[in-house]
Amino acid sequence: MASETTVDQPSKKVWGGGISPFNVSWGKMYMWFFLVSDAFTFSSLIIAYGVMRHRFTEIWPKANDVFTHFPFLEGHIPLAYVGLMTFILIMSSVTMVLAVDAGHQRNNKSVAKWMLLTIIGGFMFLGSQAWEWYHFIHGTKQGAYIMFDGQVARPFVDYKTNAVDLNTLVLPSGEKVTGAAAEAIKAKSEHVHGANMIKNEYGHPLFANFFFFITGFHGFHVFSGVMINLIIYINVLNGVYVRRGHYEQIEKTGLYWHFVDLVWVFVFTFFYLV
Amino acid sequence: MADHHNSSEKHEDKKHGYYTGDIHNQFVEEHHVENAVGIIWRTFWILLAITIFEVGIAFTSIPHDILIVVFILLTIVKAYYIIAFFMHLKHEKVSFKYSVLLPFVLILFFIVMAIVEGNYLNHMG
Repeated sequence: MASETTVDQPSKKVWGGGISPFNVSWGKMYMWFFLVSDAFTFSSLIIAYGVMRHRFTEIWPKANDVFTHFPFLEGHIPLAYVGLMTFILIMSSVTMVLAVDAGHQRNNKSVAKWMLLTIIGGFMFLGSQAWEWYHFIHGTKQGAYIMFDGQVARPFVDYKTNAVDLNTLVLPSGEKVTGAAAEAIKAKSEHVHGANMIKNEYGHPLFANFFFFITGFHGFHVFSGVMINLIIYINVLNGVYVRRGHYEQIEKTGLYWHFVDLVWVFVFTFFYLV
Repeated sequence: MADHHNSSEKHEDKKHGYYTGDIHNQFVEEHHVENAVGIIWRTFWILLAITIFEVGIAFTSIPHDILIVVFILLTIVKAYYIIAFFMHLKHEKVSFKYSVLLPFVLILFFIVMAIVEGNYLNHMG
């Protein structure tokens, strides 16, 4: 029997061949399945983070104590800037989906407008993330003391007055140590400022390692997403999709961008909130 | 007889859609979603409200264990809204939805195993 599943004679059955059983183009389906695989990669990283965090629960730093800065503002403002970053990325996701919707309306000018806003949002997020990294690496003025067993003792900061008391150390357990005992700790400890891959002033070395790797890997995805958005934006300006007759490429690009936003939602939860 | 449509032809179809341009060159309908822009903005407000709520309760004195559960549940709610409406998965075929979402049941299993391991490491090693 001659083959009945030739391209120009699509089967009437959904899985009979010759048609897409999911009723999507292979490009869109490919993007979805790629995103599933990428989601597995990020899941593995976040799960690894969770395992290590729970292994060292007692000495793991609290996000509220680490991420406390806001650009141009003095003082202890925990989580505000990262909340703003989340808002910026969600906004850029909204502008992206509005671009897709404009594509459905075949409104080329509108697509261009919304894509440009999405790109700007993406760059704002990247800049914010770079700023977070800078502050994380730079650390506080007072630094912290890494004791012989690896635990980190931090100088006490009164959050109401933002006064730093260098003579009072706070141990990971929350216990405060002053006077001669504090001096004894300082004498036998390593004074550390900021963070690198080997040690940091916030807590266990793995905290900084995971922070750099997960937010860096995510930031890399944001960067590549912005680059792809830029290319597609230039295509829109050149009328590529007007000639093509449809804006499915915007949809596929949008899928990648929403994935980037989705991953950030999870990173935000597991790094900063939990 | 095969009816070949060139995807670069700009003709108005009675159904709103496009030809996929790949080897099947299948006609994919862009089914009209009522009030698409309204749904988009509504989803945005929901996501914003949930995020503000999350950051807000992070500063209360609610026991940390309960907070963790609430954060994770809310994050899954946010994920639902982003996947269903922004990524448009809600309007795709059911079989496609399953092929994308079912593998994450395995991830759930992975997470449970990892939490058990992490707990073990904490107490033993």
